[in-house]
Amino acid sequence: MSIAIKFENISKQYRLGTIGTGTLSHDLNRWWHLVRGKEDPYLKIGQENDRSKKAESEYVWALKDVSFDINKGDVVGIIGKNGAGKSTLLKILSRITRPTTGDIKAQGRIASLLEVGTGFHPEMTGRENIYLNGAIMGMTKQEITKKLDEIVDFAGVEKYIDTPAKRYSSGMVVRLGFAIAAHLEPEILVVDEVLAVGDAEFQKKAIGKMKDVSKGEGRTVLFVSHNMASIKQLCTRGVVLGNEKVEFKGTQTEAITYYQSSNKTNNYFEHTGNISEAPGNNDIRILKFSVLPLHGDVISISSGICFELTFYNRRNNINLDATFELKTVDEQAVFHNGPLITTNKDSKEGIYKVTGKIEPNILNAGAYKFNLIFGENQRILLYKIDDFLQFEILNEAKGSNTMVSPGILKLNNPYEVDFQNLHVK
Amino acid sequence: MEQELKEEKWDLIIRPHSKLLHFGFKELIRYRDLLEMFIKRDIVTLYKQTILGPLWYVIQPLLTTIMFMFVFGNIAGIPTDGIPQPLFYMAGILCWNYFSECLTRTSDTFLVNQNIFGKVYFPRLIVPLSITFSNLIKFFIQLILFLVLYLYFILKGTSVAPNIYILLSPFLIILLAGLGLGFGILLSAMTTKYRDLKFLTAFGVQLWMYITPIIYPLSRMQETYSNYSWIITLNPLTPIIETFKFGVLGAGVFSWGALLYSTVFTFILLLVGIVVFNKVERNFMDVV
Repeated sequence: MSIAIKFENISKQYRLGTIGTGTLSHDLNRWWHLVRGKEDPYLKIGQENDRSKKAESEYVWALKDVSFDINKGDVVGIIGKNGAGKSTLLKILSRITRPTTGDIKAQGRIASLLEVGTGFHPEMTGRENIYLNGAIMGMTKQEITKKLDEIVDFAGVEKYIDTPAKRYSSGMVVRLGFAIAAHLEPEILVVDEVLAVGDAEFQKKAIGKMKDVSKGEGRTVLFVSHNMASIKQLCTRGVVLGNEKVEFKGTQTEAITYYQSSNKTNNYFEHTGNISEAPGNNDIRILKFSVLPLHGDVISISSGICFELTFYNRRNNINLDATFELKTVDEQAVFHNGPLITTNKDSKEGIYKVTGKIEPNILNAGAYKFNLIFGENQRILLYKIDDFLQFEILNEAKGSNTMVSPGILKLNNPYEVDFQNLHVK
Repeated sequence: MEQELKEEKWDLIIRPHSKLLHFGFKELIRYRDLLEMFIKRDIVTLYKQTILGPLWYVIQPLLTTIMFMFVFGNIAGIPTDGIPQPLFYMAGILCWNYFSECLTRTSDTFLVNQNIFGKVYFPRLIVPLSITFSNLIKFFIQLILFLVLYLYFILKGTSVAPNIYILLSPFLIILLAGLGLGFGILLSAMTTKYRDLKFLTAFGVQLWMYITPIIYPLSRMQETYSNYSWIITLNPLTPIIETFKFGVLGAGVFSWGALLYSTVFTFILLLVGIVVFNKVERNFMDVV
């Protein structure tokens, strides 16, 4: 198996704050060190990229000494929480910015789908834009002409092909953009969450195309997404980025398991440090909230879910309650209920813990999120936080059927089948 | 062993720094179709939804010429080397416009295109190059206007005497393009992080015109203001415009030495410009 891309000690440093006269002194200092043949003085400093902490240094590392290889023909999912350096890595790979240190070596043409439809000119027709966008992506005119019909057909915009792009709906622009990129035929394709756009039908088409690209044509694909379901469906390998480093690499299932069970994923929140800085207000502070599988170590349809909330309450002598509202990512409410924690106006200042569970085989695969509502007497609002945790329930492949079935519920044996001959001649 | 050798052959190596003298001409050639697309885009989209369309290319120098005739020719009474005023001014204006538009429109390459540059890689030099070429097309359209005027005055029997040096014209146009592009990309590279120079560009170009023999002949300047004419002589544009006027209209100061100076200046400027531009290209997304 030959190597398609080799990342060697890739680091990337960013400077915080705005550029002004203060930056000039750093630049002059850096230049002065360079002139004397010394090392860049600002490379030695820089802290971990943790957004919630107050910056101590003006420089942060988005990536630090990242090294790994990608084999030819692999479809690699890159997983990590926001700010883990996924996009920076892709930006360096697609040559939008250079690494601060380290090398990337690659074999074959790299095309990136960081954002589809880049460079579309609103005054130009669809056809003209296909040529323009294709050329920006590095295709020659002949290549585009050869693929023009295929692209138009894939995007489904025949009717509008000679209409200026400004008359297109945003969905049409995205479809056309993806269609061009999908027909690029690069040896290495870099994709950043573009599949999140477009309607369901087009998403299916896009995923199918990406599968073809990797399977049939043996190309290498790098795919960044927060959507574990599409990573699981699409990728063969997974790389987990966290704290500017590669934390884990392996098959896609192993990587997802690692990501979901490690404490750094977004289905786990814990506040460390001063209580007064935890999310909340003067009455309520949320200290810990986790969503974990009830059985096994991956949240899936059959694992069930248990969630645990720890919070601090300041109000004495009220009837305290905590309500959980579970929603799908598209804001559809699943349930809204929660316990009355104290009943005889006997709440005390202190830390409370509430746990709950959802049995296996109830919720379908998909992404969900919680709203947390704290109140007095289940009437007066003390504190409410929306979209506090987002977590994902994975679909389990059964046989050849890997599609997620529609619906919020996925019940194991929902129907009682009773066979009766009601009317027999 | 053979396997190892094969594996060490990479198509692309991304490094923090590239070689100092990295021009990337090979890549430019690979992206030549993109250059064509950008030129087409510039021309097709500029006058969309206008009634007069490309006629605007012609109206602008025409009105400027009339204005110059009135202000500089009649009110100020600046002589034109015995050449009919419309021809004298228009020759200068066409050359100047081409140069100054190449300069100003390429000087903010990184700022204007940061959106597209932030999403996809292609040799950034394609953008200023395409601007230079699309301006060239505009220049040729304006040249037709000039030729019509030129023929009119020749048929009228005016003292316009073109000579063999008219054949230098294509070379002069290349020099104009090179100077405009060279200054433009140098400025664009220098204004990504600190934008102070941007403010200088706009009125700097305006002032520059007055030390270029557009509204006056160089010969006249050397006679009356011999103390200051060195500024004008040092201006690399001066020999180009004087040679053009000399070859086409038969009146101007021409010397091979001065033209050589402009040529060498342009060449060095372009080399420095491309090197600096390519250096800035690497990391400008982080500082723009």
